[in-house]
Amino acid sequence: MTAEIGHYALYLALALSLLQMVWVREGKVSSVMALGQFGFLALAFAGLLGGFALSDFSIALVVQHSHSREPMLYKLAGAWGNHEGSLLLWVLVLAFFGCLAAFFHRREPNRLHNVALAVQGAIGAAFLLFLLFASNPFLRLNPPAGEGEELNPVLQDPSLAFHPPLLYVGYVGFSMAFSYALAALLTKDRGGAWIGAARPWILLSWIALTAGIALGAHWAYYELGWGGYWFWDPVENASLMPWLAGTALLHASRATQRRSVFHAWSLLLAIVTFGFSLLGTFLVRSGILVSVHAFAEDPTRGLIVLGIIALVVGGALGLFGWRARRLQDAERAHPLSREGGLLLNSVLMASGAAIVCLGTLYPLALQLLTGQSLSVGAPYYAITFAPLMLAAIVTAHLGEKLSWKKASAVSVAYRQWPAWLLGFAITMASLIFDPSSWLAAIGLGCCAVPLVSGGAGIAAAIRRERWRGLGMKVAHFGVAVAAIGIIASSSWKVEELATLQPGQTLEAGHYRFRLEEVVRRSGTNFIADQARIAVLDGGRIIDELRPERRHFLIQSAPVSVTDIRSGPLSDLYAALGEDDGKGGWVIRIYRQPLILWIWVGAALMAWGGIVALIETLRERRP
Amino acid sequence: MTRRWLLILPLLAFGGLLGLLGWGLAPNRDPTVLPSVMVGRAVPDFSLPALGGEESVSPRKLAGRLYLINFFASWCVPCRAEHALLRDFAALHHIPVLGILYKDDTDKARVYLSELGNFYTAIGRDDQGRTAIDFGVTGVPETYVVDGTGTILFRQAGPLDAGSLDHQLLPLIEARR
Repeated sequence: MTAEIGHYALYLALALSLLQMVWVREGKVSSVMALGQFGFLALAFAGLLGGFALSDFSIALVVQHSHSREPMLYKLAGAWGNHEGSLLLWVLVLAFFGCLAAFFHRREPNRLHNVALAVQGAIGAAFLLFLLFASNPFLRLNPPAGEGEELNPVLQDPSLAFHPPLLYVGYVGFSMAFSYALAALLTKDRGGAWIGAARPWILLSWIALTAGIALGAHWAYYELGWGGYWFWDPVENASLMPWLAGTALLHASRATQRRSVFHAWSLLLAIVTFGFSLLGTFLVRSGILVSVHAFAEDPTRGLIVLGIIALVVGGALGLFGWRARRLQDAERAHPLSREGGLLLNSVLMASGAAIVCLGTLYPLALQLLTGQSLSVGAPYYAITFAPLMLAAIVTAHLGEKLSWKKASAVSVAYRQWPAWLLGFAITMASLIFDPSSWLAAIGLGCCAVPLVSGGAGIAAAIRRERWRGLGMKVAHFGVAVAAIGIIASSSWKVEELATLQPGQTLEAGHYRFRLEEVVRRSGTNFIADQARIAVLDGGRIIDELRPERRHFLIQSAPVSVTDIRSGPLSDLYAALGEDDGKGGWVIRIYRQPLILWIWVGAALMAWGGIVALIETLRERRP
Repeated sequence: MTRRWLLILPLLAFGGLLGLLGWGLAPNRDPTVLPSVMVGRAVPDFSLPALGGEESVSPRKLAGRLYLINFFASWCVPCRAEHALLRDFAALHHIPVLGILYKDDTDKARVYLSELGNFYTAIGRDDQGRTAIDFGVTGVPETYVVDGTGTILFRQAGPLDAGSLDHQLLPLIEARR
């Protein structure tokens, strides 16, 4: 029954979204439409969740992605762990944001908001059509199945249950910036009113995307057992591209808002950022590139998503080419000013997005042109992307100190010199410690400056109770913290691997690891081999690690569950491999320096974003 | 005038991107299959230092037999994925596999093999990637089927899976026996 209600609600939502698209004259009407659309989609999603929670095996999707013996969290997560369900979630978030926008602007009805809501309605309608006619999540199975297939065991993890919804809030949130940008072009808004309306959405999306990407990377780190957290996989890149473009938009739009400069650039970035979000949706669902993430490897669906992208982004860029000439900047920006710094930073970030896009699609382009194929991996990004990001971190920190309109370079340089001296000392120390990792040494030195000077700035701001711009300062500080973690963990990771019998030891870093025993235990829907590994410093046991190898009952592929002892200076990381049939077990030990800093840095970035969002919302209502 | 051009540029770039993605969706294109000019040609001659041994590794030693050449590296995650499949396949059908270690650290390769098992008849170290260039290798893993006359029958770019082993390699091998 839940399936029929859900299915019917989808049709109603589609009808309302179509009405919302064409009804631009009256703000109140489109607000009601937006509310209704969200209500019906929430009902549909609840219907799907109900089907999953009750293990209704007459719904095809439930059969394919759920098992009656799974814990409830993963039964529910199964609802969005597949193409159809995740697309429904996508449209639900879209409608939620449309509804929220209608609510926030209920007191200031004007043409810009109405048109923006209409654009939202159009995007919603396009995806609802796709959902209903090419990926219906409520298809019934007759006769019903007795039992379902399981959610992929690797995905049965709390952080992965929340990773897709967070990413979607980020991806879809950028649709609001896109809708306002398009509304500005359509209504020939010259004053830049759209920026003010779009700013909170840009911040919100950026926060969610930051948290979502960090959560995904953290999951890869502890779940996959390969000791890494980022593999430059096309779908990982698909989430990084909108993040980079969104960061560029975040900075450019601030300058546009405050000083009325770079109007065209902010508008273009708003379109491009949402374009990248859609490209991410497309890459996951088309099977066009070989990736570990892809579900729904279906060229027909890929073609439909591509058609939607062509309409939405192509239309927007066409409108931009036609109308953007009318946009006039109030004055020219001085290169050495806050707005100059914001522009430089947004250009660096946009270039970063272009580099990642190039690396992701280059194999495809090369195959088209020459018939050859290759894969682009970490070395490409290390020489192209990493230096660009280092430059962005340094300029972000310097830009933070510049004043609007025109700043004095001498005063900035003068206040900074102790931090730079420290950065230089750290680079030198790192070079003496390990001369071969020179890029890492330079990187550490560059990041030390914003770490020390930025940290001092935050402390001073809190002491003097100067709350303005605190969010930005915290986020920049978080970037430096995360960057140090990324540099150190990728350059000085210690990795040891051996087959051990119980009682035997392995050395890694300056610790020794002794395999005590391997015991079998059982969980809700798996049995596991759990190793006890004693960590010895000298002759003393200082800790014990318990990595597992889980065998799920339905899908028999084993899943490794690592055990990680996190510390501020380094993580000790143990993963259990297969047994050799003679009582020995493959044990993999990593010592990952400063990797905790990455997660702390990402949390600081998201937190800084939240502080900035609160500040932005306060600014709006004095 | 210049500004107008500049504003239309994003649309043009996007058009190019769409064309590329549209072509990528063409139904007859399988992203994992690669054409190779090497199929039908004689296997390039090489002589590489062996991993863990004094002798050099060369295809001449396997001349007259049907065998596989597998380019791999310890840093390559898909290689790990195909390792067990290839091991079982080679053992089941008694096919020698010549491993070529592509641009890898010798110690890490030893660890890799001690963990996953070493089924290779011999392993040559291609530290500079010269031999890979002779073969036209575009990335690891890559696998070639060479017949008794030293002719390349088949090339798999990227990891082998159960499907490609059973439906592509096996018929070729059976036909030559």
